[in-house]
Amino acid sequence: MTPPSSTPAPSNGLAFLLKNRLYHTLSEVGDAFRLLAETIFQIFRPPLQFDLLMKQLLFVGFNSLSVVLVSGFFTGMVLGVQGYVQLKPYAVEGSVAQFVSVSVVKELGPMITAFVLSGRIGASITAELSTMKVTEQIDALEVMGTNPVKYLVVPRFLACSFMLPTLTIFSTFAGIFGGYVAVVTLFGFNGDFYILQVQQHLFIGSVFISLIKATSFGMAIAAVGCYKGFSISSAGGAEGVGTATTGSAVISLITILVLDFFLNHILFNLLGLS
Amino acid sequence: MISIRNVRKSFDEKQVLNGIDLEVPLGETLVILGRSGCGKSVLLKIIAGLLSIDGGEVWVDGTEITKLKRKQMNQIRRKIGMLFQSAALFDSMSVAENIAFMLDQHTDLSQQEMRKVVDEKLKLVDLDGVQELRPAQLSGGMRKRVGLARALAFNPEIILYDEPTTGLDPVTCNEINELIRDLNKKLQVTSVVVTHDMHSAFSVGTLMVMLHEGKKLAYGTPESMINEDNPILQQFILFGAPDQILNIDEPTLRKYIGRSTE
Ligand SMILES: Nc1ncnc2c1ncn2[C@@H]1O[C@H](COP(=O)(O)OP(=O)(O)O)[C@@H](O)[C@H]1O
Ligand SMILES: [Mg+2]
Repeated sequence: MTPPSSTPAPSNGLAFLLKNRLYHTLSEVGDAFRLLAETIFQIFRPPLQFDLLMKQLLFVGFNSLSVVLVSGFFTGMVLGVQGYVQLKPYAVEGSVAQFVSVSVVKELGPMITAFVLSGRIGASITAELSTMKVTEQIDALEVMGTNPVKYLVVPRFLACSFMLPTLTIFSTFAGIFGGYVAVVTLFGFNGDFYILQVQQHLFIGSVFISLIKATSFGMAIAAVGCYKGFSISSAGGAEGVGTATTGSAVISLITILVLDFFLNHILFNLLGLS
Repeated sequence: MISIRNVRKSFDEKQVLNGIDLEVPLGETLVILGRSGCGKSVLLKIIAGLLSIDGGEVWVDGTEITKLKRKQMNQIRRKIGMLFQSAALFDSMSVAENIAFMLDQHTDLSQQEMRKVVDEKLKLVDLDGVQELRPAQLSGGMRKRVGLARALAFNPEIILYDEPTTGLDPVTCNEINELIRDLNKKLQVTSVVVTHDMHSAFSVGTLMVMLHEGKKLAYGTPESMINEDNPILQQFILFGAPDQILNIDEPTLRKYIGRSTE
């Protein structure tokens, strides 16, 4: 009586499947960018609900601060040890502080923070929004005349865009400190010299790069998280929520890596920053 | 009040509604019957402007809504209250915050004034003392009531109910049915009720429609539905209805119920 829910796709081999897959992915990327555009449009349409923003800022910030600090610290330690060991044969182990601080500021600080937040915050955004979708809460918002993008996406987007650079500052300091602890305790490196070197190599340009990257990663995490949450089929159920949530974490990790590559290219090669 | 003209809707390849026409005059309660998955919720969401359609027109209170911009649609939506199948309460908010949501979003009422509305609406649905609870702490019947209180908060002229009694015990079912009937009498609203529950259908409906395979199978008053000579409709009514609300002496019914004396 009921027609079959979907007609099986005619499979003409691998090329067809790939084409299909590519088409699907591209149309998803298009939808995600449409959501991003709508979000940015809604940010500038008053009123901005500060209570919602505040709640998200606290959620993103407090929830991840300790993990970010610990991850940053250990990354710094690893870098310190590796840097020292690798530089020693060339008798330039004295530059280890420069090596640690430059890597942490320009690459690993934003990256580690973004990785932590894509697993914690991005996934939880997707879980929350997709649950709201399958339990008709998004429809309920809409019926009550509230724009779900403005009400749900805007505060999360702003909170991530702001909190990622903020947390990156913490993870960066933790990383530099981790390197310090590693080389000073393990190799008897001179602590004062380490600090001096860090001061000499911490340029304002690097900090700028770090914050630009972190902000972009924050936007990407929120955009992917919200898009994956909203795009679940309302008939998806609990299983759909699970799939969307893991999907969100994976996609934002990949997005961060790709974005990092392009940002490096734009910032270093095109704008000539270093 | 609500007028649906030749509405068609499909998802991907799948045709769900295939040319539906319906009228719900002011103050009437239309009951939508039909098997699971036949598109009842979809139709309700189309009336609320939550789903776009592939063809046809939907008129609500004198306005064709299918091509409206969000802003204009939101003006219409202020007249609509909707009770969702799952109640769709916001998990992150208390009962009181749920009920006051529209007031909080669209008016400048003070906390105190909102409290007053919340208490009043809760009384209307026969609940009290749950203001500070979270939706997760409520039973199924209570959730539906809170959902209804929230739908009533902005004094809607139209109320849409999606399976208000599904999943509830018979006593609670009956209470909800009485509630719907009372509200319609007290508030003079126009309602659309989706249900599988024949008891509910015959106790609240002043008009009925049966959907089947994307089409309108029958439409009319409850009495005319009982008299309709259509096997699918009659099976639907008979399998779900207790004898008390049907007139077993009706010849058409007797034919399908298999108790014909001839
Ligand atoms: N958002 C959606 N996306 C895809 N298919 C949908 C969607 N909503 C409903 N459907 C399909 O439309 C059909 C009718 O659904 P629905 O109106 O929920 O049925 P019911 O009459 O039980 O309320 C179902 O087969 C369902 O799978
Ligand atoms: Mg339904």
